[in-house]
Amino acid sequence: MTMRLSDTQRLITGKAAPLGDFGRAMRRLHIDGPLLGGLLLISALGLVVLYSAVGESMRLWMNQLVRLGVALVAMIIVAQIPPGFLRRWTPWAYFGGLVLLGLVLLTGEVGQGARRWLDLGIRFQPSEIMKLAVPMMAAWYLHDRQIPPRFNQILIIAVIIVVPTVLIARQPDLGTALLIAASGIIVIVLAGLSIRLMIALAALSVPGAYGLWQFMQDYQKQRVLTLLDPDSDPLGAGYNIIQSKIAIGSGGLFGKGWTNGSQAQLEFLPERDTDFIFAVMGEELGLLGVLSLIVLYMFVVGRGLYIAVQAPDTYSRLLAGSISLTFFVYVFVNTAMVTGLIPVVGVPLPLVSFGGTSMVTLMAGFGILMSIHSHRKLLPH
Amino acid sequence: MDLLSPIKDHHSERRLFIARVILTSVVAIVLLGLVIARLVQLQVFDYEHFAERSQGNRIRIEAVPPIRGLVFDRQGRILAENLPAYQLELIPEQVDDLDDTLNRLARKNLIEAADIPRFLELSRSGLHFKPVTLNLRLSDEQIALFAIQRPRFPGVDFRPRLVRHYPDGEAIAHIVGYVAAMSTSDLEKVDLSRYAGTTQAGKTGVESSYESRLHGDSGYRHIVTNARGRHVQAESRDLQETLPADARPTPGANLFLSIDLELQKLATELLADRRGAVVALDPWSGEVLALVSAPAFDPNLFAVGMSTSQYSALQQDSDQPLFNRAVRGAYPPGSTIKPMLALAALDTGATNLERKTVCHGFFMLPNTTHRYRDWKPEGHGEVNIHDALEQSCDVYFYEISNDIGIDRMHDYLDRFGLGSETGIDVTGERPGLVPSTEWKRNAFSNRSDQRWYLGETVIASIGQGYMLATPLQLATATAALATRGIRYQPRIVAAWEDPLSGERTLTPRVRLDDVELDNVSFWDDVINSMNKVMQGARGTARAVGTGAPYRMAGKSGTAQVFSVGQDEEYDEEEVEERLKDHALFIAFAPVENPRIAVAVIVENGSSGSGVAAPIAKVIMDRYLGYDDAAE
Repeated sequence: MTMRLSDTQRLITGKAAPLGDFGRAMRRLHIDGPLLGGLLLISALGLVVLYSAVGESMRLWMNQLVRLGVALVAMIIVAQIPPGFLRRWTPWAYFGGLVLLGLVLLTGEVGQGARRWLDLGIRFQPSEIMKLAVPMMAAWYLHDRQIPPRFNQILIIAVIIVVPTVLIARQPDLGTALLIAASGIIVIVLAGLSIRLMIALAALSVPGAYGLWQFMQDYQKQRVLTLLDPDSDPLGAGYNIIQSKIAIGSGGLFGKGWTNGSQAQLEFLPERDTDFIFAVMGEELGLLGVLSLIVLYMFVVGRGLYIAVQAPDTYSRLLAGSISLTFFVYVFVNTAMVTGLIPVVGVPLPLVSFGGTSMVTLMAGFGILMSIHSHRKLLPH
Repeated sequence: MDLLSPIKDHHSERRLFIARVILTSVVAIVLLGLVIARLVQLQVFDYEHFAERSQGNRIRIEAVPPIRGLVFDRQGRILAENLPAYQLELIPEQVDDLDDTLNRLARKNLIEAADIPRFLELSRSGLHFKPVTLNLRLSDEQIALFAIQRPRFPGVDFRPRLVRHYPDGEAIAHIVGYVAAMSTSDLEKVDLSRYAGTTQAGKTGVESSYESRLHGDSGYRHIVTNARGRHVQAESRDLQETLPADARPTPGANLFLSIDLELQKLATELLADRRGAVVALDPWSGEVLALVSAPAFDPNLFAVGMSTSQYSALQQDSDQPLFNRAVRGAYPPGSTIKPMLALAALDTGATNLERKTVCHGFFMLPNTTHRYRDWKPEGHGEVNIHDALEQSCDVYFYEISNDIGIDRMHDYLDRFGLGSETGIDVTGERPGLVPSTEWKRNAFSNRSDQRWYLGETVIASIGQGYMLATPLQLATATAALATRGIRYQPRIVAAWEDPLSGERTLTPRVRLDDVELDNVSFWDDVINSMNKVMQGARGTARAVGTGAPYRMAGKSGTAQVFSVGQDEEYDEEEVEERLKDHALFIAFAPVENPRIAVAVIVENGSSGSGVAAPIAKVIMDRYLGYDDAAE
């Protein structure tokens, strides 16, 4: 019996009609067509929205275009690295990243009240390395071990996750720290963490949240309080959320039209080209616009999970799953924050927000997915 | 290594992994569903609410001030207009180094260095996008200079605005008045909805008394502003088209004054370098033909705004240029009230046309030794009431003064409008003072001061003592003499014009109670005597009126500024300028059909007939069209 596949399923599973010479060239370059297509569509839509969000500044827009190009090149380069090689070098990447994080805390450059940057010839944030190194390390640790992991193994992975998370949280960069923790936790969950243990951990999260509260900076606490009642301080901490909700809500079904969003263009909307760019899109392109972006994101996440399921070994499988789901977490945290569902944490909308470093990391992650998919040996199970 | 590790069951591991992918996918879909539900809630169900809030966010209502009405003279010559001027402004948020910028502007003489601390404070305390005005009116040279230097002053620019302008500033300063920045007390007086956006209001003269008519009504427009409240020119048509309708301002009405600018300028010239006032009226309507107070000032200084030092210089000037002597200056009227008193004396029977007195140069009340001097030490000899008016014999009036009595004097002078405000349509008028026994009882608290003395009646009969009158009051009283008792309220504004329809409305003339006499032939007696003052053989002002091609009537007055001791000789040479007598003159012409009534006062002018009368004569000549013949 043959299953009938819908067009979308065909696309996600890569069973679309062969692409001929072009398809073969892509394969030789270890590029996954559907994934690349989805990413390019998101990026294109992102560039359209960004042009409006940067106030039609051609200079800033070209800037972003160049970054996107750099990120795509990085993706293709990473895609050439065989997963086995990547796995062998994983501990080096992880511990090297930890050393750099330590250096940041000691000598890093301060920007916007936080110490995040390191200048080693080029300026970069070591936390970006950890976004990939943490799930890689967790997957590396589980690669040779029995799945599902035993409790003591989970504790070791917990240490792998907690050490960089705490270092990054102390910069302080709570948003990135939480995302990195999430990427590690996703590895454990995918590895088969028992449901009972998950429930137990969820129960523990209540005192855990209290501990986190103690750990938070004042501005971070303020963000949480603001979420609960944004109108309590409409010109202060609640301003961002209120203006963002007005922008999205006033966009309606079809939006006010590209570059016509009054909230965005008249600068009522804060950080319109970075963390709150989703609100610009909601205002100017309406519900239909944001839903199409969400569909594109889901396509990419779906394709990533398909690659994970198809992956030949534990390391590849867990890493691919974590990268895909972490990408989803990005999307969720940003959209939920901008729509006022969760507190404001500084998480950009992936591939759309203005900014370079995180885009390169993201694309490198997708390069890993492509590498996993294209290097697998088609063994019968 | 691989061999030592537990054998991995790849099959079950993959199944477990797929199960976990499904589990996490379900969780992801649920979370995503939350976000989508939230979007639907915001963009579909609460759309109206947020659309309204975004509209309210970006639209501000900005007041548009109306254009102030123009002021013309009776011939349609412009007295007050609105001219574009350029002012220098600084937008604090666009300036990197405030101190440096201001200092450089001061070095270029574009601003006053003394004002820099004030500008610094203004720039730092206000909204950072709101311009701070550095110079209210740039001269042509300054505009040219700044135009070249502009690139070196980022954040500084010049901007046009309408400035009230008075082309003949000094000549009309006291009648048209001026506009200046509104004070907080101004703001309390006006209807704020009409004045939204207005920064200046009339402070004196017609500008003040006709403020509500000149001002018009503010309009408003909707503008798009950004998050910091700054007006942005929305490039997008879509943004612009959604704005609600604007309301245009209603311009203020144009005023036509009854004054004649030429006459006004002439009177100003005649009073040049003097302190004094001239008021000329049309006796048959009360229209003010000229109203001048000297010295004057440049009202444009107020409209444009002046520095503190300029203002205090004006205020501290001992000649008091800001003081409107014509309506606010209360002077002893001196002999100018004699025609009115003569009428009172004749009408009450206190004297008659036959009664004669021999003037020896002084008068003494019975059983006293105090000498009331005549202005002519050797005396006028035998005089009747005609002679007494023509030669201004004080002794005759001293003699009949107590026959009339102070209260009947008050009664008649009151009928001529002395001692109370004339009701002219400019604010700040003074009532002057005509004393009476009742007035004295109320005016003093000390019992002995409350008594009226006969001697006080004596000096009241020549317009001295307590008696005070404004030049305007003297002019209206003269007009009443000219019309033989018919009185009109003085008016400056003759008509106003609706700026939209062009329709003109005349200001109705207001007739006051007539001065009624039992025997109207007394008017002829007094008017003929007043004619002789100017054109008779022995008239005090015959030097002025003799030979004129028309008949005129007048009366001189000389008011003592201080009392001279009993037996001292009055030596003008030794008296300081400021202690000289005030010179007064009232006149009207032509006698048969009076068309103009004039009152002139020259402070410390010494001689009414010698200094004030020629001024009155020139004005009458000009108004009646005889000025060429006179030259």
